[in-house]
Amino acid sequence: MSTATVASAPPAPRVQKRGTPLAKKRQWRAAYLFVIPFFVVFITMLIVPLFYSGYLSFFATRLVGGTSFVGFDNYVKTFTDPLFLAGVGRTGLFLLVQVPIMLGLALFFALALDSGRVRGSKVLRLLIFIPYAIPGVVATLMWGYLYGQDFGPIVQVLSALGLGSPNLLSDSNVLGSMMNIVTWEFVGYNMIIMYSALRSIPAELYEAAEIDGASQLRVAWSIKIPAIRPAILLTVIFSIIGSFQLFNEPSLLRNIAPNAISTSYTPNFYAYNLAFVSQNVNYAAAVAFILGIVIMIVSYVVQLSTQRRERLG
Amino acid sequence: MRKRAPRTALALGAGLLTTALLLTGCSPSGTSGTTGATTVSQAEIDKAMKTPTTLTFWTWVPNIQNEVDLFEKAYPAIKVKVENVGQGLPHYTKIRTALKAGTGAPDVAQIEYQYLSSFNVTKSLLDLAPYGAAKLQGDYVPWVWNQVISGKQVLAIPQDSGPMGNLYRTDILKKAGVTAAPATWDDYATAAAAVKSKTGSYMSNLAPNDAGQLMGLLWQAGVKPFGYDGKQGVTVAVNSAKSKAVMTYWQKLIQAGQVSVDPDFTDQWYQGLAKGKYAGWLTAAWGPIFLQGTATKTAGLWAAAPLPQYTGAAPASGNWGGSSDAVLATSKNKIAAYEFAKWLNSDKESTLQFATKQFLWPTANSVAADPSFVNQKAPFYGGQTVNKTFAEISNTVDTKFQWLPYMDYAYSSFNDTLGKAIADKGDLSAGLDAWQKALVDYGTQQGFTVNK
Repeated sequence: MSTATVASAPPAPRVQKRGTPLAKKRQWRAAYLFVIPFFVVFITMLIVPLFYSGYLSFFATRLVGGTSFVGFDNYVKTFTDPLFLAGVGRTGLFLLVQVPIMLGLALFFALALDSGRVRGSKVLRLLIFIPYAIPGVVATLMWGYLYGQDFGPIVQVLSALGLGSPNLLSDSNVLGSMMNIVTWEFVGYNMIIMYSALRSIPAELYEAAEIDGASQLRVAWSIKIPAIRPAILLTVIFSIIGSFQLFNEPSLLRNIAPNAISTSYTPNFYAYNLAFVSQNVNYAAAVAFILGIVIMIVSYVVQLSTQRRERLG
Repeated sequence: MRKRAPRTALALGAGLLTTALLLTGCSPSGTSGTTGATTVSQAEIDKAMKTPTTLTFWTWVPNIQNEVDLFEKAYPAIKVKVENVGQGLPHYTKIRTALKAGTGAPDVAQIEYQYLSSFNVTKSLLDLAPYGAAKLQGDYVPWVWNQVISGKQVLAIPQDSGPMGNLYRTDILKKAGVTAAPATWDDYATAAAAVKSKTGSYMSNLAPNDAGQLMGLLWQAGVKPFGYDGKQGVTVAVNSAKSKAVMTYWQKLIQAGQVSVDPDFTDQWYQGLAKGKYAGWLTAAWGPIFLQGTATKTAGLWAAAPLPQYTGAAPASGNWGGSSDAVLATSKNKIAAYEFAKWLNSDKESTLQFATKQFLWPTANSVAADPSFVNQKAPFYGGQTVNKTFAEISNTVDTKFQWLPYMDYAYSSFNDTLGKAIADKGDLSAGLDAWQKALVDYGTQQGFTVNK
C-alpha cells in the first residue's frame, strides 16, 4: 500500500531525466513482488510439467523390456495413427459446424438484449447464462438422460408426434448430440462477452446513425458488429481451443453410449485413454503435444486471416 | 490486435497445461522387485501379528467394514483402513498411478481375476507362496484357484466368483409356450423366436459394452481366447473357429431381433429388466440377488437354471466377475497384509457373512457346501434354492481359462471392435478379427511374443 502511495506522488518533470529514480526502482520492486506468486505457480504447475511431459514423449515404455529412448518415434507415429487423425477430423467437423452455430446464436442474443427492445431483458440474460453455471459433468449427465432411447423425453415427444424414435446416441448421431450439449452450455458465456463489448460502444455513434436515418438492422451490421470484432475474435479463439479439448462430453456419454464413442473419439480423450488405460504415458505425451501444436496453428491461422481482412478493409 | 497475442499465447499454454498435468502423475520408474523364495516362519508371523500395524485396504465391496471388524477383533494389534477409490477401471487406474508414483498404494487391494496377470506383469503383486498360500489350494474351488496362480506363484486370495447361469421370466416364457428352461443353445434359439413373436420381449440382452459377459459365454463354449506363460509369451486367439461359431450364433439372434444389444448397468437396461423388455438374463451367480434389488416388482416371476448347453458336450459353464484380494509388492507390512487377505477370505464367520450378507458368491469350499447357504430358499425365484443351482453350476466351470497380461487394454478395445459390431448388429466375425488385430498389435508393441 505504501509503495502505491509513493508511486502516485506527482512526478516532477525533471526527475524523469535522471536515469532511474528511487521511486521508479521501488515501483519495479513492488511490481515484481506482485507477480512472483503467479510466476511460482506458473513455473511449477505449467512450465515444469510441460517440459517433463516433453521429456517423457521421447521414450517408450514397454510392459516387457522396460523404458528406452526412441527420439521422435512417438511423434512420427502420431502423424500416421489413424485413430488420432480420425479424432482430429472429428473435432475439426465439430469446430466447423458447432462453433458458427453457437457464436451466431450468442451474437443474436447479445444484439437483441442490447437493442433494449426485449422485455425482461435482465431475467432473459440470466436465463441464457445459467447453463454455463451448471458444471459440464452435470449438464452431460442431464442431457444423457434426455437423449435416452426408450425412456428419454425427447424421443418420447418425437414418437408421440409421429416423427419416429431416432437413437440420439447412435454412431452417426452422437456427435450432433454432443454439439447440442456444448452449444446449450456455452451460448450464454459467449453472449456475455459480446454483450459487455456492446455496452462499451460510445453512444455518439448511435446518435450519428440516427441523424443519418439508419435502421436498427443497419446499426447492428455497420456499427455494433464491427465495433465488437475483437470480442468476437476472442470468443472464436476460445471456442477453437474448447472444441479441440472436448473431453467431459465424450467421457461421460461413453457410459451410456459405450460403442458409439470410441476411446479415441477426441484427441484429448485419446491421450487420456492412452495414458491411463493402455498405460502408454510416453505416446500419450506425444499426442498431447501434437494436439497443442494443432490448436496453436488453427488459432493462429484464424487470427492471422482476420487481421489481414482488417488491414484490407 | 498485436496486443492480444500474448494473451492468446497464454490461453494456448493453459490448453497444453490441462493435458500435460494429466500426464505428470506418472513417471517411467520401475517397480520394486519381487520377493525372495525364502519362506516365512510361524514365529515371524506371530511377531508381525502382535506388532501394532495399520494396513490400507482398497475395495469396493459394500459394507466390508463388518468383516474387517471381525478381523480386528481377532487381531487387536492390526488396524485396517478400508478405502473405496472407485469400482473397476477407476480403481485400477488409481492403483497404477500410486504404484508409479512410488507412494500411496494400499497394502491390500481387491483385484478381479482377469486383471491379476496384468498387475503381475509389472511385478506389482506380492508372491504369496512363501507366506504359506500354496497350502490353501485345497480350501478353494479348483477353477477359482487356477485363476489366482501363475506357475508356482500365488498372486491373490480368492474372494468371490461368478459362475454363469440363466435367470428367466417364467411368465413370459410360458406365454410363448416354453415351459422349461432351454436345455441346449438350439432350444434357446427356438424359444427366442417364440418369445419374440408371441410376447414381443427379447429373449435376453447381449451387452456390447461388457466384455465380461461375453467372455463367460466363450468360456462356457470351451474357447481359449487368451494365454500367458508368465514371462514374455502371450497367446491371442479371440477369432478362432470356435469363437466365431459362438458369435455367429449370437449374430443370428441379434439380427432376427430376438436378442437386444443394450449397454448393461445403465438406466435404460435397469428399466428393461424391471419392465419385462428382456425375458431373461444370462448372468453370474451374483446376479440373482442383484436382480432382486433391481426388478423388485417382478418378484416370484423369475427362475434360475444352468446356461443352455452345447449338444453332445458335457455340462459346462463360464465365469463372469468375482474378485480376489492381492497384497501389493510395495507393502511395508507384507506378513500382516497377507494374513489379513487370507483371514478375510478363509475365516468361516467372515466368508459366510460375505455370502449371506453381501451376497458375494463363495469361493471357499466350506461355504459353497454349507447347508445353511445352499438350502436357502429364494422367494423372488418362487422359492427355488437358487444357491444350490449355482453351486452345481460352479462345479462345471472349465478350469483352464486364462487371461492376457494387458486386460485393461483388451476390454477397452473390445468396445471399439467386437462390442461395436454387436451394437451395430453387424458382422460379428469381422468384429472378432478387428479385436484380434488390436490385441496382437498392442502385444507386439509392448514387447510380448504373440502367438496366434
